[in-house]
Amino acid sequence: MTLLKTTEMNMVEVNLVEAVNRALSWELEHDHEVLLLGEDIGVNGGVFRATDGLQSRYGSERVIDTPLAETLIAGMSIGLAVQGLKPVAEIQFMGFIYSALENILNHASRMRNRTRGRLTCPMVLRAPYGGGIHAPEHHSESTEAIFAHIPGLRVVIPSSPGRAYGLLLAAIRDPDPVVFLEPKRIYRLQKERLNDKGEALPLDVCFTLRDGEDITLVSWGAMLVETLQAAEELAHLGVAAEVIDVASIKPLDMKTILTSVEKTGRCIIIHEAARTGGVGAEISAQLAEYALTSLLAPVQRVTGYDTVMPLYRLENYYMPTVKQIVTAATKALEYA
Amino acid sequence: MINSNSANIPYYQYLDHQGHLRLPLEDLSTNTDNLIDFYRVMLLTRTFDLKAINLQRTGKLGTYASSLGQEAIGAALGAAMSEDDVLAPTYRDYAAQLSRGIKVSELLLYWGGDERGMDYQYVRQDLPICVPIASQTCHAVGVAYAMKIRKQKRVAVCIIGDGATSKGDFYEAMNAAGVWQLPLVFIIANNQWAISLPREKQTNTRTLAQKAASAGIPSEQFDGNDVIACYERISIALKQARKGEGACLLEALTYRLSDHTTADDAGRYRPPEALKEQWQYDPIVRLKTYFLEHGLLNEQELNAIDVSCGDIVSQQVDEYLNTAAQTPESMFDYLYENLPESLQTQREEVKQKGLENG
Repeated sequence: MTLLKTTEMNMVEVNLVEAVNRALSWELEHDHEVLLLGEDIGVNGGVFRATDGLQSRYGSERVIDTPLAETLIAGMSIGLAVQGLKPVAEIQFMGFIYSALENILNHASRMRNRTRGRLTCPMVLRAPYGGGIHAPEHHSESTEAIFAHIPGLRVVIPSSPGRAYGLLLAAIRDPDPVVFLEPKRIYRLQKERLNDKGEALPLDVCFTLRDGEDITLVSWGAMLVETLQAAEELAHLGVAAEVIDVASIKPLDMKTILTSVEKTGRCIIIHEAARTGGVGAEISAQLAEYALTSLLAPVQRVTGYDTVMPLYRLENYYMPTVKQIVTAATKALEYA
Repeated sequence: MINSNSANIPYYQYLDHQGHLRLPLEDLSTNTDNLIDFYRVMLLTRTFDLKAINLQRTGKLGTYASSLGQEAIGAALGAAMSEDDVLAPTYRDYAAQLSRGIKVSELLLYWGGDERGMDYQYVRQDLPICVPIASQTCHAVGVAYAMKIRKQKRVAVCIIGDGATSKGDFYEAMNAAGVWQLPLVFIIANNQWAISLPREKQTNTRTLAQKAASAGIPSEQFDGNDVIACYERISIALKQARKGEGACLLEALTYRLSDHTTADDAGRYRPPEALKEQWQYDPIVRLKTYFLEHGLLNEQELNAIDVSCGDIVSQQVDEYLNTAAQTPESMFDYLYENLPESLQTQREEVKQKGLENG
């Protein structure tokens, strides 16, 4: 009875940003090597409140308000990590991550390799990303492909409170560096019941969110909202769409995608990021390489455009829509 | 307006250019045994350095960055640091690395294109040399922060060159080290050249040391070719950092007597007379003069040190040249703790390539 009660007590109803907070808190509580650092994450609890209450609970030595310096945040995380700590750094917005790129690319992602395993970087760099919230300039881009190109790195993107919780725990526990991108458009979109007892989800694998036989819809992050809506509309048209949340865009679990496409023969890839050189291009190339004989229609991409993310008045024209996804799927289904 | 170059930065020199000690040795923490050890490390570094250039010229080593003329800083630093302190070096800090126990064969392996040269068998926590300029300043902040919150009596030491002081990383790191009072010593080995850019074109400040004022940490300059000054000043800085008195910035004035690397020709930008003049300040000759004038070591004993350095280097060169090659697929074996399944195919492909070419 007591056990049941305890388990019951861990059930919480949270949105995505609260799930992030829960995961951080769990790990701070249970692993004393974990520490958080970033701008405004302490007293202020983070500009999106992802770290709300954590500094008062775990102290300012472990929940560190850093000076306004992204190179420092990334570089310092490397120093902490090679000393055996597990830093979870927040970059306030993805738009400010680029000065940290040198440390991610030249140092964190190659420290294990350079030293033949002598030094490692078990660190996480979290950053809210993506458009659709009418934010100021430089606050809406989706540039995950830049990170997906870096060997030795993991790039993880949750699309629901439950996956945010489980994947963030996995990212913190992973012995290698992880860039964890949080789709801020869906930070507070929906609440989900989850069991806050520290259970991680696997990295490096896709999640199949909906089964279907007719067409595969592949996406990640906030675009899964539109993708799932499109699947619903397609269902009304009598089309059974399988929906895959890639979740770990690096390394990429092509096995799940290939298995699905071998079944359906049709595939649409949906991402908010600009099209050229996006992760969709990689998925598409691999489908052409390994699933050509299963394909009944050309693989299509429904993506953001190859232009600068517009300021918010034109933002909605940039974002892929449910209609675009349904149209692409309908077109794919027209092939015999 | 206050003149921004009016900063009053102290400058220290104990052993002058002629090898004359300006203070009695008894007043210093340095003793004769220290001095002989410094001499040994400086000479070992130079012997290694000349050998490395020779190996590069004969096709047995890749591009190599020489440390000729800068041996005193590292020899003193290596001696002043505790074993469990952490060094975050750039290239050219071989003297410190060798003094700390990193092997000549490891340094050769690195410049010879083999990652195992960064898998130091000793001082396992030292960072590998940092090639991008000034990145290690921020890494050292993290290392020092870890030491501080774990309440360890350890210090992180970060060495950079003069060019690095123009970079943002340097300011971000110093600033954080200041605000958190970290056990961190920054050392600028100011060798007057960032490849072809001379010191006076690097910055308008009178000293590089005064840049510490922007972070509110103390700083000073000393003669980087005077191994006694290096040892004294670095020892004091380490002691203060270890006591919890926070970070500082030391500027060691030295001179790059070599090209930037074996791929560079300094003759294109460095006046020959400047080089000729700088050879007069050679840290090794200076200490040798001191030994001879004070009868601490005679020619025969000095020669014996020379011979022993030569022996170590040739034995280590043999070890380097006889190190069996890594397998081609090893390029995947330290990418992640466990190689993701999706990369197994690529690893297999490289392995196959190796077997075909084998």
